[in-house]
Amino acid sequence: MKKKGFLLLNLIAALVLLLSACAPAGGAGDVIKVGGIAELTGDIPAVGASFKNAAEMAVQEVNDAGGLEVGGKKYKIQLIIEDNAGKADQSASAAQKLITQDNVVAIIGPNASRYAIPASEIAESSSVVLISPWSTNPKTTINEKTQSAKKYVFRACFIDPFQGRVVAKFAMENLGAKKAAVLYDVASDYNKGIAEFFKKTFEESGGQVVAFETYTTGDKDFTAQLTKIKDANPDVIFLPNYYSEVPLQIQQAHRLGITVPFLGSDSWGSSELISLCGTDCEGYYFSTHYAADNASPVAVKFIEAYKAKHGATPDDVAALTYDAFGLLWQALQTAGKVDRQAVRDALAKIPKYEGVTGVMQFQEGSGDPIKSAVILQIKNGAFVFFANANP
Amino acid sequence: MIYILQQSLNALQLGSIYALIALGYTMVYGILTMINFAHGDLFMVGAFFCFIVATFFKLPFIPTLLISMIGVGLLGVTIERVAYRPLRQAPRVSAVITALGVGILLESVMLVIYPYPQSVPTLLPNITWTIGGVTISLLQIIIILLSLGLMLLLDFIVRRTMVGMAMRAISWDKSVVPLLGVPLNLVISATFALGTSLGAAAGVMYSQAFPVIDPYMGVLIGWKAFISAVVGGIGNIRGAMIGGFILGGVEIMVAAFMPSTYRDFVAFTLLLILLIFRPYGILGQPRPQKV
Repeated sequence: MKKKGFLLLNLIAALVLLLSACAPAGGAGDVIKVGGIAELTGDIPAVGASFKNAAEMAVQEVNDAGGLEVGGKKYKIQLIIEDNAGKADQSASAAQKLITQDNVVAIIGPNASRYAIPASEIAESSSVVLISPWSTNPKTTINEKTQSAKKYVFRACFIDPFQGRVVAKFAMENLGAKKAAVLYDVASDYNKGIAEFFKKTFEESGGQVVAFETYTTGDKDFTAQLTKIKDANPDVIFLPNYYSEVPLQIQQAHRLGITVPFLGSDSWGSSELISLCGTDCEGYYFSTHYAADNASPVAVKFIEAYKAKHGATPDDVAALTYDAFGLLWQALQTAGKVDRQAVRDALAKIPKYEGVTGVMQFQEGSGDPIKSAVILQIKNGAFVFFANANP
Repeated sequence: MIYILQQSLNALQLGSIYALIALGYTMVYGILTMINFAHGDLFMVGAFFCFIVATFFKLPFIPTLLISMIGVGLLGVTIERVAYRPLRQAPRVSAVITALGVGILLESVMLVIYPYPQSVPTLLPNITWTIGGVTISLLQIIIILLSLGLMLLLDFIVRRTMVGMAMRAISWDKSVVPLLGVPLNLVISATFALGTSLGAAAGVMYSQAFPVIDPYMGVLIGWKAFISAVVGGIGNIRGAMIGGFILGGVEIMVAAFMPSTYRDFVAFTLLLILLIFRPYGILGQPRPQKV
């Protein structure tokens, strides 16, 4: 009996091995399998929802046009989206599942840096391309041990040092700030990274960071830190935090009698921010990837199509997700075959891609595109274009 | 000086919310020697009750508060009846696991209804005064006074009424007191109703002070309130109040005078040291174990 069970197990194992060995990566026949990892549930579900909307749209457009032509043959795209539930470990296991079980040719996502970093480790060690649309922390594409660029990890957005620099320069030049305060989530890679880069640039340019305060994910009471910030009397307060927390921070600051302007980063750019914040966020600025009201022809086409399909203006996550897919289509076409390694090599050398979020370019040896940022202002409950910031 | 006063005000606000939730833990423990780990999630349900009543029925603050307290109180009684009562004779660990399960159930149900964080409408006018450099808001005053009022009311109920006397008697001895004609189940239900409705009141005030709510909001707060109850001496009602204010005070003051990254680290180290010297909590008494 025992032996029989063992035999059966062996047989299954052999079968699994055989199957996985036979199937070519990316799917058999006329289908290309693409994986997606998104924050569909958890603490930032609006990000996951935008990702899903834009991803399905990008894939549907290709399929409606008869498929993607790669090496003279038309392929249909099959999209497999995994939910990471807003957890780092689930992001890694989702990447593992997509690579080994679903056999995808490449992965798009996750979006937030704290989930993109663990998933990128899996992709890198399995030699599968991963493009994160929205992860701006440098660690996503850099191997921390060797300090060299990861070979298989790319992103569609700019990185935090650039964004921190843009906001710091904006605070000094446009708002005339000399003293700044920062409140950020010390338990999240994105917030921590951008806060530090802001501080560095602001101080190097002759400014003074008078308060550098922290909290941890899940905190709702920021009164102690904000009272400290008020006591330090800054000209401007920088909140590089997610849209679900920023409204609480600003409302509590207002209740403590703080009146100086607030600045934010691309994590503010969800329409949820306005519905959670009410009028409290009115007049404040943040840096982000694109402005829906100052769009290029490519972007206008995307925005119209998105509005028609989902009934809302696409936020930056949606735009970047769409661009991440666009980059993958271009890489597949340049590669001329459905092969993980060929896709990676083509992607690494994309000379120019005109996306919704602007023109981007990859250079061999870096997964970070060269592209520009915009500053938006919150005006009458909408995000309004304010200024451009070039690399 | 102004700075210290301002921070003390912050501490009072946070502390009164911790204290209100801690009362729920301590009351249930006092009467059943069981830790109701679903209490933090009942607090969350209270906040969502407030959100629903205020958004869809557009009621003002007081009716919203009362409806939430009654609604969650009934929910607490139902949970006790359905989930905890059948396990009253079972090993204590089964009841604790059930409580954890009920908590996760509440979170998951709420997650199905409201997967996104929700914004709670403000029910109180946003008025702030600046007195000698200290900024104080109407909301802060209401939270602090209402919490103190509810705590005094509870203290009165437990110490001066028949129900309260029955509660104290049953917490002293669960096997003999019912033989003297005290309706055990009714008293336990009353305890749950009181404890959970206080949690709901905390939820309503919390959602007014911090108006972005989500189904997981009760987890961290629940743990902290539980710790407050232990620090004050679990099972002791006045202890829970003191514990809540101590934890709120320590958290705010550490963030106020040290780098805010040290907050939880220093706060909880201090509480651990306190428990080493007073293992039963500040007002807790060692109970002789009857064999």
